[in-house]
Amino acid sequence: MCLAVPGKIISIYQENALTMCKVDFGGVIRAACLEANPEAQVGDYAVVHAGFVISLLSESEAQETLNLFKEMEQMGIELPDEELKEG
Amino acid sequence: MTTSSLPHLEGPVCPMPLNHGDQIVMGDGSGGQMSQQLITNVFQSRLTSEALAANNDFGSVAFPNASQLKGRVVVSTDSHIVAPLVFPGGDIGKLAVCGTVNDVSMSGAVPLYLTAGFILEEGLPTRLLEQIVDSMRDAAQEAGVQFVAGDTKVVEKGKADGMFINTTGIGWLPEGTSIGGECAKPGDVVLVSGTLGDHGIAVLSARGELGFETEVQSDTAPLNGLIQAVLQAAPHTHVLRDPTRGGLATTLNEIAAQSKVAIHLDETAIPVNPVVRNACEFLGFDPLYIANEGKVIVIVPPNEAEAALAAMRHNHYGQNAARVGVVEATPAGLVLLKTIIGGTRVLNTLAGEILPRIC
Amino acid sequence: MSLLDSFRDGKKVRAAMDEIHRIVTRPWTIMEICGGQTHSIMQYGLSDLLPPQIELVHGPGCPVCVTSIELIDKALAIASHPNVIFTTFGDMLRVPGSNGDLFSVRAAGGQVRIVYSPLDAVQIALKNPDKQVVFFAIGFETTAPPNVYSVLQAQALDLQNFSILVSQVRVPPAMEAVLSSPHNRVQAFLAAGHVNAVMGYWEYLPVAEKYRVPIVVTGFEPLDLTQGILWAVRQLEQGTHEVQNAYSRVVTKEGNTRAQQAIQKVFMECDRNWRGIGMIPMSGWRLRPEFARFDAEQRFQVGDIQTHESEICIAGLILQGIKKPFDCPAFGTLCTPQTPLGATMVSSEGTCAAYYNYKRNTPVKG
Repeated sequence: MCLAVPGKIISIYQENALTMCKVDFGGVIRAACLEANPEAQVGDYAVVHAGFVISLLSESEAQETLNLFKEMEQMGIELPDEELKEG
Repeated sequence: MTTSSLPHLEGPVCPMPLNHGDQIVMGDGSGGQMSQQLITNVFQSRLTSEALAANNDFGSVAFPNASQLKGRVVVSTDSHIVAPLVFPGGDIGKLAVCGTVNDVSMSGAVPLYLTAGFILEEGLPTRLLEQIVDSMRDAAQEAGVQFVAGDTKVVEKGKADGMFINTTGIGWLPEGTSIGGECAKPGDVVLVSGTLGDHGIAVLSARGELGFETEVQSDTAPLNGLIQAVLQAAPHTHVLRDPTRGGLATTLNEIAAQSKVAIHLDETAIPVNPVVRNACEFLGFDPLYIANEGKVIVIVPPNEAEAALAAMRHNHYGQNAARVGVVEATPAGLVLLKTIIGGTRVLNTLAGEILPRIC
Repeated sequence: MSLLDSFRDGKKVRAAMDEIHRIVTRPWTIMEICGGQTHSIMQYGLSDLLPPQIELVHGPGCPVCVTSIELIDKALAIASHPNVIFTTFGDMLRVPGSNGDLFSVRAAGGQVRIVYSPLDAVQIALKNPDKQVVFFAIGFETTAPPNVYSVLQAQALDLQNFSILVSQVRVPPAMEAVLSSPHNRVQAFLAAGHVNAVMGYWEYLPVAEKYRVPIVVTGFEPLDLTQGILWAVRQLEQGTHEVQNAYSRVVTKEGNTRAQQAIQKVFMECDRNWRGIGMIPMSGWRLRPEFARFDAEQRFQVGDIQTHESEICIAGLILQGIKKPFDCPAFGTLCTPQTPLGATMVSSEGTCAAYYNYKRNTPVKG
């Protein structure tokens, strides 16, 4: 129920009684409503669902999560390939 | 023609209507003088050939040394109804030429002649029609094909979405070529000539209903040159097909069913423009199901794969050509995709319309 | 590799999968709530990489699938009005009502338009002052903010020709309905990360406590899902039942409070009928009385609706994770995406459609 993708806020403006922004999803530009995230600034990453910014994306949290996985990769508990093969 | 305000009781009973030079009106499709003027001014000034100049209802054409060479005539027809009429990277005219040139070329035949049937909506600006026919002339020139017959009708406002175009193409297939959807064999290599999903996304963006902008261009292009180069380099090519509506996935399913083989694809190898990928993600589409109008799938025996790939990459329209999979015997009739994380997914034929989703 | 691509990194996914293989000692049944998560699992073939002891069960997290047939029939009736432009998300077009779907209404001349956002529907209302524009406001909590703001915007612009047909549903009551069913097999939940982006996860604390199930807020990329499953399995193996946040780059415990306030201003809780499951108390939202003029159900007196649901369809049992599509006699024969009997076959995230498209003929474990 939740197709939402992150994109970069490239402009913020008022239109038809709402605070809106233009979001750049890596080359695809779309307007989205910013009413629920008034603290957002140009350059922030917004998570957009159905034309609405439901939250901002924290790059630092993202990096922390990835670091957790890096550790796992490095610990590299090896299992024989057969166990991971499909079927 | 009189300028008096009183009706004339002599002469033509139906007065010559106003010269609506800047838009198409019902009279342009009537078959009379207005039609003739339209054909002369808009079509024949741009799409020229001996056959058309003869002004018959058919086009009489010659095949190269037909009595001496052995081979077959290949025919294909297609109707084009794209909206909007003009989109980034092309328009309905270019599409109408390239689509049919490509269909004929997929047999291995050299496309030679085209017909064009136009259904024009009342109110269509003539300038726009001229622009589109210009595109057709340019595309035909690039492909090296000629228009040899045509027809025009006009319908009332609201009945034709601007315009519809039908093109029929005729080509010559020399004897000894055996290429078709039923010819893929286990062990064959599956190649594609470039990035997938560009056309569908470009048109969707131009339509504006989903409110997104992008720089993606349609890949509409005539591929007969590229295909001839591939056939030179890989004379035992088994299958050629262009992944139009339904995309790569649907087209490969057709081939897998016809040839009774399985096709195994590697997701990491399939070329997709990152912007197209991003557009698909935000709408909930899969690029493997989006239409292409300037790409070809080439299935060749393994010993000819490198040569075919090189030939494509050497061509202007095949610079991003890639090897994307292999044909195997089982599971017959299925297309399987090894995903970027190493799992497996069955790629089915597209069920119905592609719809943007929120889920 | 971009930050986002990193969450699809095959190597990291396999490292996390290795860890799951290492720690699992017994069979566990985990439910992912969200249709989008089901879609992702299928799309990446994630279940192929899990140890055989882990069974992923797909939950009722598809608002398309659970919208009641009465509401679909009302939508079809409203869309058939000559003066109405009926706007909707794409997912809804092929959902079968008692007699046809929105596609067939369009074919019969009704004006049905796909929009990406309810705010686009407000734009359509602005541009067509002589028409009534109705938006089919389905969704879980993720979609509540855009739905609610479409009403607030229409109010601010004093639009007379805009209304919404509401079919909002909420996750926590659905979770409780699944957990309190006598047939329940679910031992842990992967919660829908984007629902939590809006609502936070404070609502789940009493649920985890009462039913003693671990709940892990999970994202949608392959790495997110693997992490969610890993944390759930860790808790199951340890015997804990906490609420954990595995989607911290987007979700906080409080969630988006401004969005929640807007939702509370416009919506109030109500009972809702979930297609195939039945009535779950206080599991939905409806417009508050002060916004009644934006309520399509009131604006269009849609009278006597006689619903007719296929008797063979077991969508309800599938939505609760009690049965799998393969258990259904009609699956793949009478019921296919082209000829769906129930909503779980229509929506591309519906479990039946996902199974049909991705798993029906798969040579691997089904």
